[in-house]
Amino acid sequence: MNNITVKVENIYKSYGDVEAIKDISFTVNNSEIFGLIGPDGSGKSTIFRIITTLLLADKGNVNLLGFDVIKDYKKIRNMIGYMPGRFSLYQDLSVIENLNFFATVFGTTVDENYDLIKDIYLQIEPFKNRLAGKLSGGMKQKLALSCALIHKPEILVLDEPTTGVDAVSRKEFWEMLRKLKEKNITILVSTPYMDEASLCDRVALIQNGEFLNIDTPDNIIQQFNKKLWSIKTDNMYELRNDLKNYEYTETSFAFGQMLHYTDKRKNVEKTEIEKFLSSKEHSNIKINMIKPNIEDCFMDFMTK
Amino acid sequence: MDKHEYIINTVDLTKKFGSFVANDKLTFSVKKGEIFGFLGANGAGKTTAMKIMCGLSKPTSGHVNVAGYDIYTETEKIKKNIGYMSQKFSLYEDLTVYENIRFYGGIYGMSRKNIRQKAENLLTKMEIKKYRNNLIASLPLGWKQKLAFLIAIIHEPQIVFLDEPTGGVDPITRRQFWDLIYEASHNGITVFVTTHYMDEAEYCDRISIMVDGKIVALDSPENLINKYNSKNMDDVFVKLARNPSVKL
Repeated sequence: MNNITVKVENIYKSYGDVEAIKDISFTVNNSEIFGLIGPDGSGKSTIFRIITTLLLADKGNVNLLGFDVIKDYKKIRNMIGYMPGRFSLYQDLSVIENLNFFATVFGTTVDENYDLIKDIYLQIEPFKNRLAGKLSGGMKQKLALSCALIHKPEILVLDEPTTGVDAVSRKEFWEMLRKLKEKNITILVSTPYMDEASLCDRVALIQNGEFLNIDTPDNIIQQFNKKLWSIKTDNMYELRNDLKNYEYTETSFAFGQMLHYTDKRKNVEKTEIEKFLSSKEHSNIKINMIKPNIEDCFMDFMTK
Repeated sequence: MDKHEYIINTVDLTKKFGSFVANDKLTFSVKKGEIFGFLGANGAGKTTAMKIMCGLSKPTSGHVNVAGYDIYTETEKIKKNIGYMSQKFSLYEDLTVYENIRFYGGIYGMSRKNIRQKAENLLTKMEIKKYRNNLIASLPLGWKQKLAFLIAIIHEPQIVFLDEPTGGVDPITRRQFWDLIYEASHNGITVFVTTHYMDEAEYCDRISIMVDGKIVALDSPENLINKYNSKNMDDVFVKLARNPSVKL
């Protein structure tokens, strides 16, 4: 059985002189959560707009469940649910009016597919007569997801659904995505938040229109082939400066209350680093070897 | 602690829109030179409070003093002593780098000579001297955000307010941005910042967390993490913001 739902082959897109994406290829399997992880302007939205038939690639092929994005665009539009990066519902319609509108456009009714959106919709139902424009950020996001799901799509394409959303609403949103995956929906999602990578089955890390890597989060982390240290002392401001000027520093990046550090020397011991920091009069020096996270890996690829 | 070491003081700051209470008796102080993180869920009331502190909106009741000036009677003086930058709006895209510097310097009433000097320092520091006549629109997002920050403090304000300054920026630039924040704070500028990145919250000296218009926690990240028996600030935030009834 062919398990591939989305197949993207060697696509390119330029806007004038700007090459937005270069030679992008990937596949997404049935009921997989596939994440595009990268900063603003890296090309995430361009890829999603090509997949959703809203933009033509300059070169390359895209195929969804056997249908071609150019030839079969009408069929594809019925099979996918798309949530664009900007809130794109009708601000001057109420919650329930928006939902009815999108159901009608796709020739269905809210009742017919209510099961699919029930969990999400119940959270906004108390506000069903409120205008969409008057909803809070988290509520808007839930309504937009409900509208993208109302025609029971097989593939869901979500462009930065959690940008600008607080940490709690972000967690709730990802819990909803896990539930949709169980209902056999294939999900493509993009995000600038590196910590969300671990919630995807597979991710592509993207920068300047090119993939830095594409794999499961665990495999990406295993490719990090250096010793990574977390360092903390009583004076973090001086620690930053001292490590910046240390001759053996390869990278030194702030991570919350710690610094993550890699050393140019192959087999450096903790005591060596300790000795250096003591000589700079740091106190309460805490150095531990740690497992990298996706953000460490992303920065590692960026500096290669 | 001596009262003069505080640069922002609010007592029972309350803002109502009709019957809706956006800020409910906020009482807090920000120390001179510290990096103060102002956290909260969407809709918790952060922007409302920040607008009041910037002198753009008046509270319904309560006492607010910013940089030594009263929020009801001395808003013009406050505006001269603060800088502001947000992710949504920072620089004019259709002006060049240098024109933006001149524009903001002019608004803050700096002399031409002073603007010229500051501009040179700023361009050298960011290593973008050769881009001085390029349109802002042509610069990468990360550069824009760093430039916007340096321009927001070009008049050497006492306080700079940053509203989600690093949203969508790549992880390396995000850290370079924080290097600039640390430096500003080291030079005595108080930094008041909102962010949705919880690792960034840990870079702050102290943070407050707002839930439904109230401040429910205020301390150093380390103390909050210990107090709420958490791994990191993300954990603390979720515990507080998801379950406001948690014992404070």
